[in-house]
Amino acid sequence: MDINKNYFDFIGLPISFHIDQSLLADRSLELQKTLHPDRFAHQTEREQRLAVQYMAYLNEGIATLKAPLPRAQYLLHLKGIDTISESSTPVEPMFLMQQMELRERLEEIPELEEPYDELESLLEEVDDLLAQLRERFAQCYESDLESATAVVRKMQFLEKLVTEIERLEDRLDG
Amino acid sequence: MALLQIAEPGQSEAPHQHKLAVGIDLGTTNSLVASVKSGEAVTLPDFKGEHLLPSVVRYMPCGNIQVGAEARTFASEDPYNTIISVKRLMGRGSEEVNALGDEAPYHFESNDGGMPYIKTTAGAKSPVQVSADILESLVFRAEEALGGELVGAVITVPAYFDDAQRQATKDAAKIANIKVLRLLSEPTAAAVAYGLDQGKEGVIAVYDLGGGTFDISILRLNKGVFEVLSTGGDSALGGDDLDLALAQWMAEQLQIEVSDNSISRYLLEKAKWVKEQLSDADEVEALISLGEENYSLTVTRHQFDALVLPLVKKTIRACRRALKDAAVDAVDVLEVVMVGGSTRVPLVRAEVQAFFGREPHIKIDPDRVVAIGAAIQADVLAGNKPDSDMLLLDVIPLSLGLETMGGLTEKIIHRNTSIPVARAQEFTTYQDGQTAMAIHVVQGERELVSDCRSLARFELRGIPPMAAGAAKIRVTFQVDADGLLGVEAKELTSGVESRIQVKPSYGLGDAEIAEMLKASYLNAAEDKDARALREQQVEADRLIVSLKDALSVDGEKLLNADEREQLGWEIEKLVVLRNGSDVIAIEQGISALSKASDEYASRRMDFNIQKALQGHSVDELGESK
Repeated sequence: MDINKNYFDFIGLPISFHIDQSLLADRSLELQKTLHPDRFAHQTEREQRLAVQYMAYLNEGIATLKAPLPRAQYLLHLKGIDTISESSTPVEPMFLMQQMELRERLEEIPELEEPYDELESLLEEVDDLLAQLRERFAQCYESDLESATAVVRKMQFLEKLVTEIERLEDRLDG
Repeated sequence: MALLQIAEPGQSEAPHQHKLAVGIDLGTTNSLVASVKSGEAVTLPDFKGEHLLPSVVRYMPCGNIQVGAEARTFASEDPYNTIISVKRLMGRGSEEVNALGDEAPYHFESNDGGMPYIKTTAGAKSPVQVSADILESLVFRAEEALGGELVGAVITVPAYFDDAQRQATKDAAKIANIKVLRLLSEPTAAAVAYGLDQGKEGVIAVYDLGGGTFDISILRLNKGVFEVLSTGGDSALGGDDLDLALAQWMAEQLQIEVSDNSISRYLLEKAKWVKEQLSDADEVEALISLGEENYSLTVTRHQFDALVLPLVKKTIRACRRALKDAAVDAVDVLEVVMVGGSTRVPLVRAEVQAFFGREPHIKIDPDRVVAIGAAIQADVLAGNKPDSDMLLLDVIPLSLGLETMGGLTEKIIHRNTSIPVARAQEFTTYQDGQTAMAIHVVQGERELVSDCRSLARFELRGIPPMAAGAAKIRVTFQVDADGLLGVEAKELTSGVESRIQVKPSYGLGDAEIAEMLKASYLNAAEDKDARALREQQVEADRLIVSLKDALSVDGEKLLNADEREQLGWEIEKLVVLRNGSDVIAIEQGISALSKASDEYASRRMDFNIQKALQGHSVDELGESK
């Protein structure tokens, strides 16, 4: 069954960290049109169930390949490395220091007179760091799995920080 | 035994019959049913020619049930047995229902699951049962009008309906014995009625001002996917409030003392009439006769507008909030669709047009537009349009998650995720020797569990005692195309598992549904066995026809001669059983044939995927080099 294929093969894309987003969108839509349970609404329940399974797998695949962090995690997963459910993640002390500084800045934002300016510059900084990490991952994941895993862990930290920045923005707006 | 006839490709055995399918708008104030007839979607009237069925059900001591206009006339005379606006109660728990206060002035009792039942003279009725009675009335009407049995229905629900409310709606359909082809969100249905799914990609606003509720939905159409960006509104603001404002003003002008309910109802009816006239006329004269006194009052549109402007402005403020939530500006809105009878009021149209800066769609009767959109989709889903490209991809409106330590929500599936979808997350135990884990499923966007809606609780038991953190518990959420959730928990080292189709918090248990189904058979005085046989025969036919169709399309390609012959015999076995009257034998035959054709079904699916991807692969491989 095709559900045993990896997401890249299933959707028909080369296994790579660099992804052509518009190609991904086109392919996804094509497959969604073929596999959506609505296509089987007038057929037997068994076929609908099968379609739901395929479609759920497809949607999960799309979501995984679309965003850089889950895509990177998935590429490592294909190489037998699980970065998603590990509970403790060793990182370099340098990186940890940097994280703590960024977090301190985030915590101080609500007390500032111009919170939005600082919010924006913080977000920009984090985005830059993330972009660098993605570049680094693309370079090393095929040759140096250890470094690639370390990079993904850093990405996880930073993505979490982005969520928190956005949450704060909501609160300030709210 | 006759040999199986395999039709030539393109030449099916029987000419494709038009299957009868309907769209149902199960509304708070009124409900409608529509169907595609001779290529056009139309709403179906009752025998009196009325299209709108008031969503009112009255239960009488003798066990009889009145639905619609007839029931509504008893609303004030027999208020506790006449259930209006039951939609407000769907999928709600007892506490929430009590909080509705005057909006739900019934006597309630709770069942064990916390679901409120309404006490009536004919016994306790769940909101699901009341909705089922409305649905049954609509189905009866449709089958009379279309002259045959329905294969299924698309039922619309508000975009903001959560899992419990959707599940309640689906349960109501089950009790009314309707196959739900799909639950469709109301604003999406309205957009489909106008063919916007075929149009330009962009942001669509659906402004729905009904009798008693106001909803604004901001959608985005992107590559055939309708995404609900935000919803807003006021569950206690509608056309009735416009009538009330006008009636109060009229009483003031004429110095009528509204001393009892009948005067107030009379004035409200007059006001409603005046309001409707003013949709076309600039002024209208109302003749009011109360006992000995006769009054006449001329109302101009200008006066009416001034009276209702504050109410209309309130809806516009809700639109502004919804746009803000969706993070789009009014100028980004490409299309505006009007839904609900109250959007006939010229002031409403003018204010909406001014706010969005574009002319709203009003061509289709705003009372019927949702049902019409649902009928269009029902026609496609029933298989009447094999060439149709129409596909509505849906997203879940609210995030689904679990309660974790400290009463916090851990989201498993985020809002606006395309459905159907399945997603798993792993958790672990936090105490040494912990053998059970409580799983609390919630829906909502907030961080604290107490701010989200509780959907279900269940326990995974029998985890072998291990050190804290050693157990691996995988919780899988699966959401189907209707947005309904199933949850499964499994301890990976031991294989212990537990699953639940989410609904118990406020829903009906399977046993209760079975009980109601039984009751409805009795009510219909229909032989239960005959119905069971009919159901199995329909399912058998569906399987036989779909397999024969499939074989004629790609049987040669995907199966070798032996396999084809084997499958042919299996089909023939079920054909024979199906023509008999042994329900259990047919049921077993269906599962035997299903099993025999499993491999073929998978091959077909994989083949279709290859086909969908082909054509691309060749040129794109070229490009990337």
